Amino acid sequence: MAFTTEHENGTADGSTKIKLKDVYKIFGEHTEDALGLLRAGKSKADIHRKTGCSIGVNGATFDIKAGEIFVIMGLSGSGKSTLLRLLNRLIEPTAGSIEIDGQDITKMSRKALIELRRRDISMVFQSFALLPNRNVLNNAAFGLEVAGVGELERKEKAMAALKAVGLEGYSESRPDELSGGMKQRVGLARALASEPSILLMDEAFSALDPLIRTEMQDELVRLQAEHSRTIVFVSHDLDEAMRIGDRICIMQNGNVVQVGTPDEIVGNPANDYIRSFFRNVDVSQVFKAGDVARKNQITIIERQGVSAAAALEQMKSRDREFAIIVGRDMKYHGMVSQASLMEKIRSKAEDPYRKAFLADATPIAANEQLSGVLGQVAASAWPVPVVDEEHRYVGAISKSALLETLDRAN
Amino acid sequence: MSFDIGDGIDSAVNYILDNFSPALDLVAASIGFVTDGLQNGLLAIPMPVGIAVFALLALWRVSFGFAVFAGLSLALVGQMGLWAAMMETLSLVIASTAIAMIVGLPLGVAMARRDSVAAIIRPALDLMQTMPAFVYLIPAAMFFGLGAVPGTIATVIFSMPPVVRLTNLGIRQVDVEFVEAGNAFGCTPTQLLLKVQLPNAMPSIMAGINQTIMLSLSMVVIASMIGAGGLGNTVLTGIQRLDVGTGFEGGLAVVILAVILDRLTQSLGSKGARLRLPFLKFGLRQPEAKAA
Ligand SMILES: Nc1ncnc2c1ncn2[C@@H]1O[C@H](COP(=O)(O)OP(=O)(O)O)[C@@H](O)[C@H]1O
Ligand SMILES: [Mg+2]
Repeated sequence: MAFTTEHENGTADGSTKIKLKDVYKIFGEHTEDALGLLRAGKSKADIHRKTGCSIGVNGATFDIKAGEIFVIMGLSGSGKSTLLRLLNRLIEPTAGSIEIDGQDITKMSRKALIELRRRDISMVFQSFALLPNRNVLNNAAFGLEVAGVGELERKEKAMAALKAVGLEGYSESRPDELSGGMKQRVGLARALASEPSILLMDEAFSALDPLIRTEMQDELVRLQAEHSRTIVFVSHDLDEAMRIGDRICIMQNGNVVQVGTPDEIVGNPANDYIRSFFRNVDVSQVFKAGDVARKNQITIIERQGVSAAAALEQMKSRDREFAIIVGRDMKYHGMVSQASLMEKIRSKAEDPYRKAFLADATPIAANEQLSGVLGQVAASAWPVPVVDEEHRYVGAISKSALLETLDRAN
Repeated sequence: MSFDIGDGIDSAVNYILDNFSPALDLVAASIGFVTDGLQNGLLAIPMPVGIAVFALLALWRVSFGFAVFAGLSLALVGQMGLWAAMMETLSLVIASTAIAMIVGLPLGVAMARRDSVAAIIRPALDLMQTMPAFVYLIPAAMFFGLGAVPGTIATVIFSMPPVVRLTNLGIRQVDVEFVEAGNAFGCTPTQLLLKVQLPNAMPSIMAGINQTIMLSLSMVVIASMIGAGGLGNTVLTGIQRLDVGTGFEGGLAVVILAVILDRLTQSLGSKGARLRLPFLKFGLRQPEAKAA
């Protein structure tokens, strides 16, 4: 995984929470006809001309796992909000099944649906949607109030939710007295107060300025680490998706074009539409040292009987300036250069390898963020070795490899 | 070939009179009970107390300047000897506005909920508003005779459309995200109406009520032609006797009442009517908690 965030160690147990199968949403009058045409492979323009219908979501099939942050990403109008609203049936699907905890919500009665919305799913909105006639506490308590929770209990729970988002001091304030970031914290508290297992967030941070936005993303990840929920997060911003998403679902024109981890999507984009998102992305935020390290350096296994002179010969014959010295177990021991090795051999040192180790060739941990080691690689006169948690050699990052990686974005 | 609509209406009115008179009597009795009660109540208030109440309301809801205006202008009405007539008119306005709200608010809600209902009610509202006001006097008088009751009923019909329209409009204009939020958190349709739609439609609904009050005031004056009483009588007397002075005094009193009611009800629509009285400010309004 490309991004170290606490929630990765959280309770995402990989079991399926939400299962979409062949889900369609068609807006308009004659949706049956349109669905037939769509399944027959007709183009959207054709269908619109014939039936007047427009396609919101075109046959979405994927699973959302319990405890993950699942980001739905795509350009404006690609159907993200529609897809999200199908999950709590704020928008009625035209066809397909949506199972939550194994129960198909498309077949639920109104009553059961209301119960589900009160208990299991809550939502956070782009423009906050705080009710202006209520103070912060009563906004946070809204879901509980609607569900018929008694006043004392709901105020207590709402207060706890406000506390979780750091707003316990503002319970009596009016929404219009708060800044954007604070408003969305209230929106988050309202959604958390009923302790739902699923949180739907539609561009929840898009209306906030960049600094506050990052802060809120961190806040969300922190909350997720404390208490793992299944979060479905709509965003049009790839940086945001990469930053918080365990998995990302990319939508284009109502179609789900790719579902995968940030790594999979950056490393193996399904089409040019997806590739186009990376133009402005800072890949050093996406990749880790281990992703970029290559095993194109000579490795010399340190053992009795292989003389340092032989090693030097090998380096010379393959025209390599540097070599990595490893143990039989592939653990990293050190790095030598032709010059350092030659000098130690000449001076007939006891243990020529050890003595020849380049003093400042400190290895980088494979799971370190690329952005955090840029400086070290750039300043180093040789490729920087990378080791895994058990100190095994996984490769080295050369300046040229680094530049190539960073350049992929453009 | 001619088809006489007038005849048709006549026979319909007669049919209703013949077959539904107990129901009509019941309606008349209950409306009469309300208007009489209101009238007696308002007339029982001594004029100085009445003026003081209006001035205080004006001070609380609008401003110091307006309170002075209300006090002085009402004193002038008293001076012209029209206080009792004005109270009669006010009671008719209150009664008909209350009835218009009781009928109109649910109609507006129904219109907002279903496009089909809106499609049926809208032309009826257009008709009610464009029909010359005098026309309502005739069937009202035929069904309910002369007096305050038919006056109130004609006034209700004439003045109801704004409250219906603006309730409908106000509910439809509630931010979709508010409605989505309500639904997303599991509101039933009734909860959605009471907790989300009506509170957020309030400014629009209050504007509708304000317009209804203004229309009912204008209609109440006309309704004096069927004996509704009040300031309309004064104006009518002026016309009948070609007495410009009396007519003008009645008209002036109507205008004064209109201005006061207008400003007071408008102030109810805005959330925080501010007391614009620097030296009285402390203590009367809670200082707003400002978020850092
Ligand atoms: N209520 C609606 N009626 C008709 N078309 C709609 C409706 N809601 C959304 N659409 C259409 O569906 C498509 C997807 O919209 P939306 O889900 O809001 O996209 P996104 O959230 O990705 O910007 C758009 O083309 C939009 O015009
Ligand atoms: Mg959207």
